[in-house]
Amino acid sequence: MNKLMMPIRGDFVAPRFDLATEILIVQYNNGTLLGEPKTIIMDRASDEGLCQMIVEEHITSLVCNGIEELHYNFLLWKKVNVLDGIIGNWQTALEKILDGTLQQGAVLYPDEREASSYESK
Amino acid sequence: MFTPDIKSLLEGIPCPAMILDHIFRIIDMNRLMEAMCGHVTDEVRGIHSELVLRSNVGNSRDRLFKSVMETGEPVSTEGDILNCYRRKIPVHYHISPLSNSENVRSGLLVVAEVLHVEEIKKEQSNKSFSSAGIIGYSPKMQQVFNKIPLISQTDASALITGETGTGKDKIAEIIHNHSPRARFPFIKINCGALPADLLESELFGHTKGAFTGATRNKAGMFKLADRGTLFLTEIGDMPLQLQVKLLSVLDDKRFYPIGGEQIISVDVRIIAATHRSLREQVKKKMFREDLFYRLNVLYIHLPPLRERDVDIRYLLDHFLNKFMTGLGRNIAGFTSEAMETLLGYKYPGNVRELSNIIEYAVNMCKKKKVGLEHLPGYIFEPVADSPVAAGDDEINHINHQTSQPQERPPSLVVLPEKTPESWSDIERQMIIDTLKKHNSSRKLAASDLEWTRMKLWRKMKKYGLLP
Repeated sequence: MNKLMMPIRGDFVAPRFDLATEILIVQYNNGTLLGEPKTIIMDRASDEGLCQMIVEEHITSLVCNGIEELHYNFLLWKKVNVLDGIIGNWQTALEKILDGTLQQGAVLYPDEREASSYESK
Repeated sequence: MFTPDIKSLLEGIPCPAMILDHIFRIIDMNRLMEAMCGHVTDEVRGIHSELVLRSNVGNSRDRLFKSVMETGEPVSTEGDILNCYRRKIPVHYHISPLSNSENVRSGLLVVAEVLHVEEIKKEQSNKSFSSAGIIGYSPKMQQVFNKIPLISQTDASALITGETGTGKDKIAEIIHNHSPRARFPFIKINCGALPADLLESELFGHTKGAFTGATRNKAGMFKLADRGTLFLTEIGDMPLQLQVKLLSVLDDKRFYPIGGEQIISVDVRIIAATHRSLREQVKKKMFREDLFYRLNVLYIHLPPLRERDVDIRYLLDHFLNKFMTGLGRNIAGFTSEAMETLLGYKYPGNVRELSNIIEYAVNMCKKKKVGLEHLPGYIFEPVADSPVAAGDDEINHINHQTSQPQERPPSLVVLPEKTPESWSDIERQMIIDTLKKHNSSRKLAASDLEWTRMKLWRKMKKYGLLP
């Protein structure tokens, strides 16, 4: 069983790991979701807090956009599979991670970019 | 009417820049911006710039951008961004309004790295590197400072020699920070701290299954330092079989990771440092001669503190202020007897030892001035004069610089690496003891130390305790 964390902001993967306050956690196995995705709203953004949560929650994969090298290396050392630099809709990212096609630095914007603009919340 | 070519104009801006539409989506960007974000324009055109820029001023900049659109007045703000190398860079944002002949408004966003401003300040600071943590007004240190800008501007390998505690690591970092590679990684690896196999894996990486325990691919330090600088400290302790591979990488700029079939090309600048005499090592067949000459292209020798009499007083004041601030103490200075003793001491451990002595004294001192009673006892013991002649010949330094610590009488307290009293040593030892106590369980050790596991990991990384 895999446990995935994805910092999000609205419909999108959050631009930065250290500034994310909304966290999506999903469990999946062999490309199938196990249960409902869980969303956690943090009272403040904290990169160290997120790292702590990743270790405590036994997260196996992290999907995010920008992440500092220090935290990236820490998570690799903790044997967390980190896919960073992901730009786009978090649901698309989730679908791609489930079918095993998500790659580091992927740009997953919908084709009709005009219709789906990112708004800072 | 003259209509400028927007693409050419963008390329003419000497900073990362992009043109955004009225709701902050990317229309175009220059190559510097592409390099900073790690994406080509076609890949991210039409995407909200915040997702690509990864700045920390998303919300306020949106408001700023809207105000620029409404008022037509350009604005500037400060913040930081995470670039594609996962580095946080402090920047200034400048947003200017643009409009076309049909009066459709868009915006020009220019991101200027604060680094540029710091570089100008550094150049104006009269070749002093005190802001970077190096203090030196003696003629020998001025010679070193004169070499740094020259060495920074080339990609040739550099060799830094000097006794322990003279600041080789600091100089390597300054060279990197003043070089065009400054925005790329500076990676330090201690060649004497790891066994040969582990060092090879650390340097060149390995592929999954290359050896027992290699459960995943690992990028080596050479790969991680791509486009940056790799600092090989204690190069004199590097095992011979690895020296061959290092030489080959220096020549070809590419290598195979352990167990890998795909060759990896890298663009890495090497700075090596050692407290050993490499020529002696070559004579003893412990260091390859060809590698010695390959590394010894550019050369800096750091003089020991006993040859920098002028600097000792400056260093004493600097470290006194540093530790006073750190410990929240208020000490007016040194008594004349303490100052005399400190100025007369030989400092076999060089600046590191001087720093540790002052740290000890500030911790011990409960009076207004540091007196003799606050200094560590061993500095009152007689220290034999250094057998090393303070010659000017640099090669002479390479040959002889490191022989003296072994030649001291055993009764003397000589500090081969670090003074045991330093806080760093105490903290390092505390971590080791706690880990031993908990049978290497980092979870229990962190809990015992009342630290988070992240903090324990950072400290272990700082003290080189990670496997």
